[in-house]
Amino acid sequence: MSAERYTFPHKHLLGIEPLSARDITALLDQARAFEEVCERPDIKIVPALRKKLVVNLFFENSTRTRNSFEIAEKRLSAEIINFDADTSSLNKGETLVDTALNLEAMHPDLIVMRHSAPGAHALLARHMKASIVNAGDGAHEHPTQALLDAYTLRKKLGQLQGLRIAIVGDIRNSRVVRSNLWLLTRMGAKVTLVGPPTLVPREMQATWPTVDISHDLDAILPQQDVVMMLRAQFERGTGAYIPGQGEYSRYYQLNRERMARARKDVVVLHPGPINRGLEITSEVADGPNNLILDQVTNGVPVRMAVLYLLSHPHGEQVP
Amino acid sequence: MPAAPGPCPMDSGQMEAVLRRLAGELTAQLRPGEEVVLLGIRSRGLPLAERLGDLIRQTTGGPVPVGALDITLYRDDLTEMVGSPIVRPTEIPFTLKDRTVVLVDDVLFTGRTVRAALDALLDHGRPRRVLLLVLADRGGRELPIQADFAGLTLDVAQGQRVAVRVKEIDGEDRVTVEAC
Repeated sequence: MSAERYTFPHKHLLGIEPLSARDITALLDQARAFEEVCERPDIKIVPALRKKLVVNLFFENSTRTRNSFEIAEKRLSAEIINFDADTSSLNKGETLVDTALNLEAMHPDLIVMRHSAPGAHALLARHMKASIVNAGDGAHEHPTQALLDAYTLRKKLGQLQGLRIAIVGDIRNSRVVRSNLWLLTRMGAKVTLVGPPTLVPREMQATWPTVDISHDLDAILPQQDVVMMLRAQFERGTGAYIPGQGEYSRYYQLNRERMARARKDVVVLHPGPINRGLEITSEVADGPNNLILDQVTNGVPVRMAVLYLLSHPHGEQVP
Repeated sequence: MPAAPGPCPMDSGQMEAVLRRLAGELTAQLRPGEEVVLLGIRSRGLPLAERLGDLIRQTTGGPVPVGALDITLYRDDLTEMVGSPIVRPTEIPFTLKDRTVVLVDDVLFTGRTVRAALDALLDHGRPRRVLLLVLADRGGRELPIQADFAGLTLDVAQGQRVAVRVKEIDGEDRVTVEAC
């Protein structure tokens, strides 16, 4: 069978952009095998990354992404080092490359990094032998989030091809959106970006020409199979683009009244953490259509799949 | 004495007869009240386990759960591999605790796959005992592992491979000895 001949061709996961539809499908299929490991009644550990050293390098705060990666690494039997930016020499003026070279001296096999600068991961990849996994870089990409969203949708709805998906909120400042756009358009989903004009840059259509843009959530809601709500990131600058939170909620909050316009079986996603009462009401966030906690659960097998597929050195590799 | 391997030691009709005989031998070995489950090692152990399950059910009338075991993550050469081999899901939707587990595979060669399968299945529970059933035992063991039931025993030179084809995956039932 040809499926057995396929080898994941990438050394790093810097983003979804370099992945083909075949690569994405392989990652999601692998995650299915690791979901079985996570669902075992007793021993949820496999020896897949035994003898491998994984460094978690987080230059930005993250609780759920980091915990999810750490659980994934533990379930793969990896050795783990957590490198906290707050307690590191970075505060003493060390550059990222110096940090990388110091880590390199420990011979890590994989580095999971979150950094506020979009180019940081590619820079690290050039200076280190280890495989680099992007756990979020500024407003650029967050590939494992897009993969777990896709996994959650595929598990619930069967396939991504042809799905109508609205992504709602602060499109401008969201890395989750960019990774999801690469993934969803490559897999044949029909995406509509929704939000106030200041938060939905028109130029995104230059990069993703098949994507629609709308500023009227009520108008497009009835046609959607999936609504992906984004976090209003006031700590990241959402506030600079809109008149106020009340106005934002009036037009773009997902609440019971709006849900009445949507399909009965519409799926609601949110990458978390949610702002209850701002972009989504508790009634909807906890309601029957939401898969928000499934997304969190699915994050672990998806990240296990990523780490596993990157963990074996290839000959010829694509970055 | 092992049979001298011709180019095709087993065709479709012979495979059916061999599986029927193996199902009979296995059933005869079971103790009263013993609850048996079959675990097919992916890929070709799985369809063989499913067929054996059907044959045993026809004789005993009792339930014979059949599961699928993927041993990739337990291979002893995994860290040395170039490129990560694709893992397919293990499917054991029943308990192994206190059951008699019959591992089913197509070819027994070095014994390393069976070693990995033992590690994998023990992570799913503690069976009462584990038996090994293979369609073809070709010799060449590198670990102290032997089959409890073998459909065919071949003496195959190192430079040759025993290829098992099953209709569920390959469209035909056939065992051949080929040059590597």
